[in-house]
Amino acid sequence: MIVSKSNPTDSPVEPVQANVAAGKDWVSLSQWQLIWRRFKRSRIALVGGIVLALFYFGAIFANFLAPYDISTRFTDQIYAPPNLPRFVDDQGNFSLQPFVYKMKQTINRDTLEIAYAPDFAQRYPLKFFVKGDPYKLLGLIPSDIHFFGTGEADVPLFVFGSDRQGRDMVTRVLIGSQVSLTLGLIGVAIGLILGSTLGVVSGYFGGLVDDLVQRFAELLLVIPQIPLWMALAAILPVTWSSLQVYFGITVILSLLTWGSLARQIRGKTLAMREEGYVLAARAAGASHWWIITRHLLPNNASHIIVVATLAIPYMILGETALSFLGLGIRAPMTSWGVLLEEAQNVQTLIFYPWLVIPAILVILAVLGFNFVGDGLRDAVDPYSR
Amino acid sequence: MVNFIVRRFVHALFLLFLISIVVFVVIDLPPGDYLTSRAAELERQGSQNAELQLRGLRERYGLDRPLIVRYWLWASNFVQGDFGESFEYQRPVKDLIGDSLLLTVILSVSTLIMSWVIAIPIGVYSATHKYSLLDQIFTGVSFVGLAIPGFLLALILMVISVYVFGVPIGGLFSAGMDKVPWGIPKILDLLKHLWIPVLLVGLSGTAELIRIMRGNLLDIMNQQYVQSAHARGSSARVVTWKHGVRMAINPLISLIGLQLPSILSGSIIISIVLSLPTTGPLLYRALRVQDMYFAGSFLMLLSMMLLIGNFLADIALAWVDPRITYQ
Repeated sequence: MIVSKSNPTDSPVEPVQANVAAGKDWVSLSQWQLIWRRFKRSRIALVGGIVLALFYFGAIFANFLAPYDISTRFTDQIYAPPNLPRFVDDQGNFSLQPFVYKMKQTINRDTLEIAYAPDFAQRYPLKFFVKGDPYKLLGLIPSDIHFFGTGEADVPLFVFGSDRQGRDMVTRVLIGSQVSLTLGLIGVAIGLILGSTLGVVSGYFGGLVDDLVQRFAELLLVIPQIPLWMALAAILPVTWSSLQVYFGITVILSLLTWGSLARQIRGKTLAMREEGYVLAARAAGASHWWIITRHLLPNNASHIIVVATLAIPYMILGETALSFLGLGIRAPMTSWGVLLEEAQNVQTLIFYPWLVIPAILVILAVLGFNFVGDGLRDAVDPYSR
Repeated sequence: MVNFIVRRFVHALFLLFLISIVVFVVIDLPPGDYLTSRAAELERQGSQNAELQLRGLRERYGLDRPLIVRYWLWASNFVQGDFGESFEYQRPVKDLIGDSLLLTVILSVSTLIMSWVIAIPIGVYSATHKYSLLDQIFTGVSFVGLAIPGFLLALILMVISVYVFGVPIGGLFSAGMDKVPWGIPKILDLLKHLWIPVLLVGLSGTAELIRIMRGNLLDIMNQQYVQSAHARGSSARVVTWKHGVRMAINPLISLIGLQLPSILSGSIIISIVLSLPTTGPLLYRALRVQDMYFAGSFLMLLSMMLLIGNFLADIALAWVDPRITYQ
């Protein structure tokens, strides 16, 4: 459905009331408004959307929401278990303000096992908007106020526990989400540009161009993906900074996913190529370029968006897998995959199972994208019920 | 039909040649080679004249010759079955691959079979008892199964298995069984351990199959010939299976070719997580130390397996659907 730009008075954003007041008993909605209406009908897609919105909100304000900086270590509190704020103390007294106990570490001399027990001597109330490690919100705004914390420098608050070096897991998960969630977006954007352009060109021109592009895409698909990713990621020079590695991984992941995007868009283009309006445009003297950019691409837009939304979780999983194997993001950057790398073997997991929390978050993010993508797919199809 | 097979075969060979170039270039891209990383490692361990020692080795391995020459050396040997020597283990690659490739094949094929054996009945049940409680449950589970990546689930399962069962999962054989020559006891032991990796690798594929089977069968059950079969008095089971499922399965067979790459990739990464004696961990190690011949041979062999799988899937598809051969 092509958005009509021919009649400017037919404004699609006029509210229903205005139209009714003007005596019209109908209202015209743009294509996107229609899609949004159909999308809203799927409750599960809305839930997915809310979950994703929360995740991205957390990623944007990670520095503020996290109680510490990612490199802040409490070397006397390594591998501390999750220390949830309590409302009831050890004597059964209820307190409206949540508090924590300081955890005392005991190391078993024989097994070197680290155990923690709460020190009931003193309650440390949970404070909000506490002063803590300095940071720059979004890299621009310097501040040192954190959303929550204990306010005491030597009483750490480990809501998700701490890792091998005594770093708070909540902080690492929040800051890690910045990398995990954005890498997918950028990678899909690149893959989108490559894939949709090549897909449309391939489908529209057919013949030799089509053959070449499809052969190339097929070639990349026949080599098993994960081993190829691993090989490419292992290639990134050791001397690269973590930011360069970040972009390198993005490019690698997007290079290998543009193929399926291109294939699907090519299919749609092949079908659209024979439509009446394309022939009419040709007859009216439109150039190929005009037809591609003014007709085919916008008509493909809704499907492109669906395909992109469903490709993002694939990228997130790819980055998580690569970082999990140690081939992805490098220090000092961190991502959920890097966090899971520390939880790789059974021994660590037996003693410190809270290290697997990032896995649950990855699953939730992927589920969220899948639900939203499915909802979008049903919403953009004008023939679905 | 024979024409078709020959054409697909030639096509596959051509692809193989292209893949070999890509694989070789990819393996060769990192600056430096195995010997530079080995030199760095030796120096870290305190050896003084690492560079001198390795210069001789460099000539021996032909690492100072131009790219084309190296590629030709490697490729021509590969075709004759000489996969080169692993730098790190100082042994022919062929010896080191050993059982790992066979186990990878077993894992992948079992996953494929299992996913079909589970998905078809569930899909049929879901379609014939649409919106029943079991159908809702299956749909929900398959949705979640589609989204959860195998290796993360493997991680979570490892934690659960230790806490709940007290036994860590991992490995394809009981202690010591992997050295025993192949025989019935070894096969039985393998089967006992195989089902967890197969479940993990096949989860998303099975979920997808269930959804597609359900959708296909629902579409088909509304068709005319199904109604006629009912009217003729055929029992519900005959109508469902002989008419409905037979037609619904056709498009699914074309999916086999698409399932194979993801099953293979999934098995690689899950075997790394669970430390299975298959290709995954070996490939991983080889890539980290740039053991070029080792890693390259693995990539080539894996791609070959994939091509063979695709080839067989194409033939199966052509056999089932005669329209394909005339493209």
